[in-house]
Amino acid sequence: MNHLPQAWGRPRDDVYGAYDSSHLQTSGPNQHTQSPVVTGTSVVAVKFKDGVVIAADNLASYGSLARFTDVKRLRRFNSQVVVGFGGDVSDMQYLDRLLNSLDIRENYSSASDSPLHAKNLHTYLSKVMYKRRSDFNPLWNHLLVAGLDGEQKPFLASADLLGTTFASSTLATGFGAHLAQPILRRTVPDEDSVQKVTKEQAVELVKECMKVLFYRDARSMDKYSIAVVTKEGVDLKEDEKLEKQSWAFAEGIRGYGTQIN
Amino acid sequence: MFRNNYDNDSVTFSPQGRIFQVEYAQEAVKQGSVVVGVVSKTHAVLAAIKRNAEELSSYQKKIIPIDSHYGIALAGLASDARVLSNFMKQQSLASRLTYDRAIPLSEITTRIADRAQTNTQQYGRRPYGVGLLIAGVDAKGPHLFEFQPSGVTQEMVACGIGARSQMARTYLERNLDEFDDASREELIKHALRALKESLSQDKELTIDNTSIGVGGVNENFKLYEGQEIAGWLETTFESRESAPEGGEGMEVDS
Repeated sequence: MNHLPQAWGRPRDDVYGAYDSSHLQTSGPNQHTQSPVVTGTSVVAVKFKDGVVIAADNLASYGSLARFTDVKRLRRFNSQVVVGFGGDVSDMQYLDRLLNSLDIRENYSSASDSPLHAKNLHTYLSKVMYKRRSDFNPLWNHLLVAGLDGEQKPFLASADLLGTTFASSTLATGFGAHLAQPILRRTVPDEDSVQKVTKEQAVELVKECMKVLFYRDARSMDKYSIAVVTKEGVDLKEDEKLEKQSWAFAEGIRGYGTQIN
Repeated sequence: MFRNNYDNDSVTFSPQGRIFQVEYAQEAVKQGSVVVGVVSKTHAVLAAIKRNAEELSSYQKKIIPIDSHYGIALAGLASDARVLSNFMKQQSLASRLTYDRAIPLSEITTRIADRAQTNTQQYGRRPYGVGLLIAGVDAKGPHLFEFQPSGVTQEMVACGIGARSQMARTYLERNLDEFDDASREELIKHALRALKESLSQDKELTIDNTSIGVGGVNENFKLYEGQEIAGWLETTFESRESAPEGGEGMEVDS
């Protein structure tokens, strides 16, 4: 046994003799992703009257191991759109390269004077996701697309690994869909109430959600990225830290974990 | 004896640096009946004279709506225009499906230009024998593009191509300053007057031989033919000697 990864899970040479590699098949059926490997957890986003706020923490987990703690899961596109990625990180990196090539193509083409806006990009990404699930080779992600649409109105929509799309004034993926979404809806219950929400309120709301998610989601982290998209452009901060945490509530929790009484 | 040796294919230059096949293709455009296009700040208008092969036949289509935001007018080989317009329809639909975006006019124009140019650089192919005017509205407002068989495209404020189109262009040049701020109706009138200029003496604009395509900001590109254009023909040429035919068009036995 040695430390090299290629020896892992193989019979030990010193016990069983050298492995007869003729048993290894060089060809076989094509295998597609059956489950995600390195994953990012929730992405949280909410519309306000002039734009959209979106946030995701900087953690990439390997199962329950907090493997990478500086993974940026918000991606800016052409200074007008932000895409947030939940789910498999390698598929996120693939989509990132895809968006890079799309951006370059758009910048070279004669259409570059009317750049793709958030709605365009969401439609495109949802087609990519649906194509891949139709090939039985899904991209294991849940995406949120935040920005402004063609009429410069706030736009927020999601696309998942099945190509399902959904648009709402508040959206959250993964654990956040269960934990953050109800908190967001307290402030923004419907499309009309978006007009009453200011940028500061929206940022506070999203930060509050990130904090609750860190309290209760075991795959989350206290370092996160947050972006505000308005007509003025994208304000993306990638190294934020959760503030004013209070774990007092943990004392009251009964029913699991180590307890004295 | 003095046969031109440099016009057998579209990939050979003549010693003077010309490619005759491409120039011949441009002649085909000049054989087609005239089409004009004009743009204002808010609208883009195409107008065309349709020809019928014989009295008993129908008129050849000159304006083809491609997508809800733009259309083309053609001069030259109609069958080549059909190939190009089908391609443009496909590309426009693809843009709407994958990006939920009306394809920008400059984009679709460069795509057909690339196709046309390829034809002038491959042995065994021939250039398209058709010129197009591409007019409509995209995210950046109204546009008019001219397309030539050589693969050359240009954005224009006003343009005329086809037989005797020089007369139409002269009219357009003379009235250039008025187009920018023209209303929808004024722009259509300008297009019709330009069209009229390039008509031979014995011919008239009638509801049967004239087509008008109009696109505008917040207005879908629409093709107007037949009775729909009677009003425009009447008001545009009302000052003319006696234009009773203009309105009703058909010659009726009395």
